[in-house]
Amino acid sequence: MKPFDYIRADSTTHATRAAGQGANFIAGGTNLLDLMKLEVMAPHKLVDINRLDLHQITEVDGGLRIGALVSNSDLAADMTVRKQYPVLSEALLAGASGQLRNKATTGGNLLQRTRCYYFYDTAMPCNKREPGTGCQAMEGATRLHAILGTSDACIASHPSDMAVAMRLLDAVVEIESAGGAVRSVPLSEFYRLPGQTPHIETVLEPSDLIIAVTLPAPAKGAQTYRKVRDRASYAFAMVSVAARVQMDEGTITDAALAFGGIGSQPWRNPAVEKALIGQKPSPELFAKAADILLADAKPQKDNAFKVPLTRRTLIATLKELCGKDAA
Amino acid sequence: MTAVFSDRIDIALRVNGEEVEARVPAGRHLVDFLRLDLGLTGAHASCEHGVCGACTVKVDGQAIRGCLMLAAQADGADVWTVEGLSDTGDLSDLQAAFVARNALQCGFCTPGMLVAAQELLAQPGIPSRHAIREHLSGNYCRCTGYEAIVDAIESTAQARADRGVA
Ligand SMILES: Cc1cc2nc3c(=O)[nH]c(=O)nc-3n(C[C@H](O)[C@H](O)[C@H](O)COP(=O)(O)OP(=O)(O)OC[C@H]3O[C@@H](n4cnc5c(N)ncnc54)[C@H](O)[C@@H]3O)c2cc1C
Ligand code: SF4
Repeated sequence: MKPFDYIRADSTTHATRAAGQGANFIAGGTNLLDLMKLEVMAPHKLVDINRLDLHQITEVDGGLRIGALVSNSDLAADMTVRKQYPVLSEALLAGASGQLRNKATTGGNLLQRTRCYYFYDTAMPCNKREPGTGCQAMEGATRLHAILGTSDACIASHPSDMAVAMRLLDAVVEIESAGGAVRSVPLSEFYRLPGQTPHIETVLEPSDLIIAVTLPAPAKGAQTYRKVRDRASYAFAMVSVAARVQMDEGTITDAALAFGGIGSQPWRNPAVEKALIGQKPSPELFAKAADILLADAKPQKDNAFKVPLTRRTLIATLKELCGKDAA
Repeated sequence: MTAVFSDRIDIALRVNGEEVEARVPAGRHLVDFLRLDLGLTGAHASCEHGVCGACTVKVDGQAIRGCLMLAAQADGADVWTVEGLSDTGDLSDLQAAFVARNALQCGFCTPGMLVAAQELLAQPGIPSRHAIREHLSGNYCRCTGYEAIVDAIESTAQARADRGVA
């Protein structure tokens, strides 16, 4: 690890000012310190934000405001989350392990970097780590890589489970910038597609601090998170589906679907949801939804399995939520 | 508060119940501080990337990865390692169960296993074998095949429940 200077922020103003001087925020540190040890990231300065007053979960306007420093463990165990937003609790508990979740924070989880093997290996070319050097993953080992929202410069997937559930729940990110101005960005507009600039992952400016994530009032319907991975626990998603379906007298009256492991960002496609709403569940309908989702999929040699796996996972999830008579 | 950026950080914390003050390099990880500066070698530095769980210690009541936390971040914290938890007797029944069930061979993962398991045992009720496995999925053991570890934790939970402790 490269040497660095450290400062502990005692206010958000102090934190954003320090970031303005070139410091990286450190929250739980479970992703940043890992990447610093490998020198994938090598900040000269760290500003520790753990003492900021961003640890609360509060109910607002029928929804929930989650402080950026709420730990993944505390968020998963929160009674309101478990009752009103069970998909979020399930997604959190499907990620990492208990000891990591105890430290990992809400803001840090949204901003965790990809698990692309070549991004992690500083001996390899990688457009995300070093813009313009190329992408070693193309034609390489791509088991963890994305099939949707990729570009010819980068095919990395976003690794977060939590963010997939938050995408489903129409979360909004609250951001404070240097000078104290606060703005809200829907999670749907928070991440950027890789295009030719895969190193720019979000709309955040360097000194922007995430202060909270808000969830609107819970929408009706049953929710679930289904994660498919290489072992039963403690592995990143090959494919995951966060889903909410509302049924009325045998008809799907509302549906929302978000996907992990397959997209360059937590993935959602409104056309898939539109195809389901107002219809009676059937194998044909579910197959059509999968067709729409995967129409633009660009698999690599190594991760072509994700196309049928996503299809099966989506169909299984819909069957579960639509009830037994669905198919 | 540290008022200015610095590469040396003054910290004051409690380790195994004792007050400790130190000046550490900003890049010192908690597990290295415990092992190299305080001589508490129970928590092991192994993968050093948060994967294997051998460095697990308790910070402010929660089991965490000692390799993915800076010592500077532990300022003001209450830290417990396997040494302290052994001295207080908090782990003695679990340690005895590990021995009785052959839940360790080389023993490298054991301190992390014990601290992680203690967090689970502190929760009410007797955890299912599935819950034990899930809780320990972030702690690797390359000798036992886990079965004996799950046995030891399950029997400790059962014995504590019989004694009315948990
Ligand atoms: C072994 C292992 C297995 C894992 N498995 C999974 C898994 O299965 N699923 C999953 O989803 N995740 C998994 N993770 C990743 C884990 O969820 C993340 O490391 C964690 O959520 C990051 O949160 P943090 O608070 O520790 O972030 P940090 O490491 O502190 O920060 C990450 C980044 O976010 C920035 N940042 C942090 N907070 C803010 C803020 N408030 N405002 C602006 N910027 C901020 C930092 O500057 C840094 O760039 C795993 C991690 C490990 C080590
Ligand atoms: S997929 Fe993206 S992160 Fe991976 S090597 Fe290519 S450019 Fe880098």
